[in-house]
Amino acid sequence: MPPVVDSAAGAGGGGVADAAPPLSGPPAKGPGRRRSLLGTRPWVAACFLLPALILLGALVVYPIGYTVQRSLYDADGSGFVGLKNFGTVFTDHGILTAVRNNAIWVVVAPTVATALGLVFAVLTERVRWSTAFKLVIFMPMAISMLAAGIIFRLVYEQDPSRGVANAVVVAVHDTFTDNAAYPGARPRPNGDLAPSGGGSFTTKSRASQGSPADLPLIGIPQNKLPSNAVDAKPAPPQPDAVTGTVWVDFRPGGTGKPGVIDPGEKALSGVKVQAVKDGKVVASAKTGKDGTYKLPGSAAGAQLRLPASNFSGKYNGINWLGPNLITPSIIGSYIWMWAGFAMVLIAAGLAGVPRELLEQARVDGANEWQVFRGITVPLLAPVLVVVTVTLMINVLKIFDLVYIIAPGNTQSDANVLALQLYLSSFGGGDNQGVGSAIGVILLLLVLPVMVFNIRRLRREGRR
Amino acid sequence: MSADSTAVTGGPAASGPVADAPPLNTPPKASLGSRIAARAGGGLVRVFLLVVALFWLMPTVGLLLSSLRSPTDISASGWWKVFSSPTQLTFTNYRTLLDNHAITDSLWNTALITVPATLLVVVIGSLAGYAFAWMEFPGRDWWFIGVVAMLVVPVQVALVPVARLFGDIGIFGDISGVVLFHTAFGLPFAIFLLRNFFAEIPRELLEAARLDGAGELRLFVRVIMPLGGPAIASLGIFQFLWVWNDMLVALIFANSDSQPITVALQQQVRQFGNNIDILAPGAFVSMIVPLVVFFAFQRQFVSGVMAGAVK
Repeated sequence: MPPVVDSAAGAGGGGVADAAPPLSGPPAKGPGRRRSLLGTRPWVAACFLLPALILLGALVVYPIGYTVQRSLYDADGSGFVGLKNFGTVFTDHGILTAVRNNAIWVVVAPTVATALGLVFAVLTERVRWSTAFKLVIFMPMAISMLAAGIIFRLVYEQDPSRGVANAVVVAVHDTFTDNAAYPGARPRPNGDLAPSGGGSFTTKSRASQGSPADLPLIGIPQNKLPSNAVDAKPAPPQPDAVTGTVWVDFRPGGTGKPGVIDPGEKALSGVKVQAVKDGKVVASAKTGKDGTYKLPGSAAGAQLRLPASNFSGKYNGINWLGPNLITPSIIGSYIWMWAGFAMVLIAAGLAGVPRELLEQARVDGANEWQVFRGITVPLLAPVLVVVTVTLMINVLKIFDLVYIIAPGNTQSDANVLALQLYLSSFGGGDNQGVGSAIGVILLLLVLPVMVFNIRRLRREGRR
Repeated sequence: MSADSTAVTGGPAASGPVADAPPLNTPPKASLGSRIAARAGGGLVRVFLLVVALFWLMPTVGLLLSSLRSPTDISASGWWKVFSSPTQLTFTNYRTLLDNHAITDSLWNTALITVPATLLVVVIGSLAGYAFAWMEFPGRDWWFIGVVAMLVVPVQVALVPVARLFGDIGIFGDISGVVLFHTAFGLPFAIFLLRNFFAEIPRELLEAARLDGAGELRLFVRVIMPLGGPAIASLGIFQFLWVWNDMLVALIFANSDSQPITVALQQQVRQFGNNIDILAPGAFVSMIVPLVVFFAFQRQFVSGVMAGAVK
């Protein structure tokens, strides 16, 4: 810990105020040094300080004391319970989720944001439009977490025709896999076509050239058929090929004969038909607009299979806001907001890295990666630490994004300490004892940074 | 450690908290080596950064375009359909929104909270910062250590007791309570930043003014405030955005008459899906002021955010 916070402090106020000057200023002007103008009477100073001290005393100092005390009392504040509330925090199933999620947040979000910021800062040095790029990445910092939350609720919407994240995922998915066209379709029981495991259907008989093998399916409601579906046509027999038709063997009104392509029965286009010999696919084809397919002569003697990809439900993308992915999804939105902060700080640090050093290394034959690993990153290490520590303190108290993005049914899966504090104290939890205990825990977690801020201040003062 | 502070503040000439904010628009110092390197991997880097920039813009563009589509279009398809049928774009949602008194009132509340909370922090913080920088009084160093300690205190520890306190004095739910809370929690950083800046004002200037017979208050108004301009601007912009964007504090201390836009919109989120025609334009309206401030005062904003991000 010391090296961490020490270097943080070195950058100006202990990860507290990175752009503020070191307390020492150019020639040490610490609190220990006399600097007062002659003759200021203490009561004048008191007048200048009074408004600040009253507000800080009433709304910061007194509340800390109250919260610490309150955390030792029960839900309605009447009975002293010692450390029981803290025990509750670490045993209650729901609150434990918050503790665990907070740990994930504190480890993952600052690390990823800093890493991205580093990559962006280094790479933008190479392009002329770096200012525009930085503006784009930094812009989300200006808006509220509420607005960012709404923005990402839209991004993460489940329906791929509305949420852009799933639209992209589905588009990529569908590029690499076959479109499932007819979910729910199945053969008639006791027909030649029968389920063959995994959702596929295979004929019992073997196909032969010259006699069409028709593959009837049912179970597709008329309104689920493509609007441009045409009537099925019997496939013409061909001497050197295996042909046949895939169609809906059912007509509204129910006058058709099973297994026969009656007029008005619709063709199923785009269905994949495989010829399988000894478990191996020897040929495959897709049905055309009129439902007919044509396999090469090599398919003769094979069983015909309609693979499951024809029938599985349409791929609907990722359930971003479901119980498993909710925390990573929200962390993603946080990184969107804060990577720019890391980038700007790191870019500023990068400006202080001596160019000659990098050039010398390149002249000596180091490639870009070696320069990055061997020189840039080590020189930037203090800045990287400042950024990471700053983000950690920030993430510790994350509230708005989780509260806004997590839908009601997965809010408990996304829970974090600050949210639990709000829920326990104000949001119907009716237990300000536990709420106060969480507040004390948050305070304890930032205590090391507080201590190092003070030590640094005193060190500057003594110089 | 001085090397570190140099690295962060952006140059060996680090002299003030504000002047040295790393500007977003510093042109990279193009040395021969980096120019050669730029040409080598430049194409790939450009493509990568372009993709990243588009990726980063997409969510915001999505919100903007969603806010410009009718509810029917929103529920039927995604905002990207606008590119193929631009006739979908309409200001109807904004017109409806501005007729919605709950929303317009809450926007007004946001201003009523943000402006006083910013002014109070600047004034009270400047007074205290000046006292800490240039006055002598018993226990000064200890008082200042107390202020520095408060820099990282999370607002969460104060919510329960302050809610009680405000209830006791009858301002729970009132705008003044929200303002006071924001002011109090803005003060440690304000005092810290301004004291450091004021401390670097040349002593001779103050002594000269003093010899001319200026009293403390006159000195403060005529010398300290003008010279502290950059730091005060930075602090003001940071505090302004902080309060404008706050949801948690107002969620607890405001009621339905005093709630700012963030809280009003938050209540809409519960029915997310059916009311994107309110949420999207509402969120965008709430973003306009921060974005204008961001683009207009980039430099001060960056230094303020960097200095205060830890809150």
